[in-house]
Amino acid sequence: MDTLRGYQTVEIHTPEGVTFALPLAGPVVRFLAWITDLGCILALFSSAQALLMNLFSIIDADLGAAVGVFTYFAITLGYGIATEWWLRGQTLGKRLFRLRVLDLHGLRLRFSQVVIRNLLRAVDSLPLAYLVGGLACFGSRYRQRLGDIAANTIVVHQSEMALPDLAAITGGPFNSLRAFPHLTARLRQRVSPEEASIALTAVMRRNRLDPNARVALFAELASHFKAIVAFPVQTSEDIPDEQYMRNVVDVLFCKPAA
Amino acid sequence: MIIDLDKFITRERPYWERLESRLKKLEVDPEGRIPFEEVKQFHYLYRRTASGLAQIATYATDPQIRGYLENIVGRAYSEIYTIRDKTPRFHPLRWLWGTFPQTFRRHLALFLLSAAILLAGGVFGALAVALDSEAKPVLMPFSHLAGDPSERVAREERADGHERLEGHMAQFSSHLMTHNTKVAIFAMALGMSWGIGTVLLVFYNGAMLGAVILDYILAGESLFLTGWLLPHGAFEIPAILIGSQAGLVLASALIGRGQPISMRARLKAVRSDLVTLIGGGGLMLVWAGLIEAFFSQYHAPVLPYELKIGFGILELLLLALFLGLAGHSTVWWQRVTRRHPKKVV
Repeated sequence: MDTLRGYQTVEIHTPEGVTFALPLAGPVVRFLAWITDLGCILALFSSAQALLMNLFSIIDADLGAAVGVFTYFAITLGYGIATEWWLRGQTLGKRLFRLRVLDLHGLRLRFSQVVIRNLLRAVDSLPLAYLVGGLACFGSRYRQRLGDIAANTIVVHQSEMALPDLAAITGGPFNSLRAFPHLTARLRQRVSPEEASIALTAVMRRNRLDPNARVALFAELASHFKAIVAFPVQTSEDIPDEQYMRNVVDVLFCKPAA
Repeated sequence: MIIDLDKFITRERPYWERLESRLKKLEVDPEGRIPFEEVKQFHYLYRRTASGLAQIATYATDPQIRGYLENIVGRAYSEIYTIRDKTPRFHPLRWLWGTFPQTFRRHLALFLLSAAILLAGGVFGALAVALDSEAKPVLMPFSHLAGDPSERVAREERADGHERLEGHMAQFSSHLMTHNTKVAIFAMALGMSWGIGTVLLVFYNGAMLGAVILDYILAGESLFLTGWLLPHGAFEIPAILIGSQAGLVLASALIGRGQPISMRARLKAVRSDLVTLIGGGGLMLVWAGLIEAFFSQYHAPVLPYELKIGFGILELLLLALFLGLAGHSTVWWQRVTRRHPKKVV
């Protein structure tokens, strides 16, 4: 297990030899999704009760009341099962919070898994407000409540992500380092992939850094990269260290067109 | 080697976007049929994107691009590698007459263990009522059982005794069905406490039942008690026991004593059995609820006790025959066909 964008993750190894990580949803966001689902259940029950009870009460008041009891039971028990089955691992609350239930191996759910994880809410919800399930979630390696453990399921974040805009992170069209193609080629030759990846990560995360730490980090990085290949002084004398590093990243990751 | 990120993204982006748009289509319409050509293309896009992810992960640890690719590869992976459509179609009658009784028999030992726990609870409840007069109000589950049994019998045997439920029978019946089904589900779910919760629940229910039975026997109302309990109890008690049988199946998969496979594999192996047992128990409780509301509440002289007891015994016999024999022929047929496979010409 690892962390990705602040989430705990579970690693999946595909038969193609590719490894990817699924970010696990924590108990708090799952609780919020459950509150939303509770609202949906109540709304569904109120409308179904108003419709069905009134309809059957025309025939017989006792039958109308019986239908009311059944409707409540069917909706409370069947809501999670039906939505997670038809919406592929999502209830309306989970869809709102971009969560999805998956098999522990990253596969889609089987019907028995959906039923078991929903029936075991009976113990997870004990003594109230999913305390047992929440505690199990905190203590579990894959953030599973008891129903998830029994059904071999996990709840993951599935937010849509956008590709980063490379033009915004690299040096842009006016990269002074590109005036010295033999030096940029040498830089690409001497810099290890690890060093390059540190430079790229620093540039991509620069806006999330504390201002003082940002200045210090880019000063250190710039001095490190200047030591690897010494470019003429005019390439760096009028620009801050951060811009210098953006130019370096641009040179490393974006080769000029032939 | 450092990847040329700009060139790489420019070259691969159209494939990633096509995969994403196909994923969105699949997520919006999960049951929609896809032409074979599109399936092949989807597979190609998945493999190309997965390969892109492998390159990014190897040559550039950029978290944002990697996160983006992991997201779409993960979504496509679950679509490609799940063989959900090959799951056999659900046939309700085949399930009822074959799968359910077969599953019940496969875990018969745990059903018998549940019955033994219920019996032990019954003996405890009976002894508690016999030896301690203060035990009765603690053990009696419902207020109408807390009073003197003879007074209740006299009240309910009056000509208008059965009228107390007139106009409420359907509601009463549905309440019984849903309540008992919840108890059966709870008994199963408590299996996650390594079976301790299931055992305690069954024992407690047995204690209540034992206390009620002895109370009525001591009051000389055995005939009333049998005529009242047997018609619905013939299905209700076995159904609750099947719920606890499912709980013990779950617990034994968790504990896994003597099984050389992982807990996940053990749980996976019993998952369908749990659903089958709880589904079958739920169906039995629907029948028990109908009988309890519309039949058990009528006493002599409206319905003679002999008739009610006879009906209860008949139900028990039929249930025992069903659970003991139904689905056997299917197993026999499977054995025969396995031994003599059809010749392929």
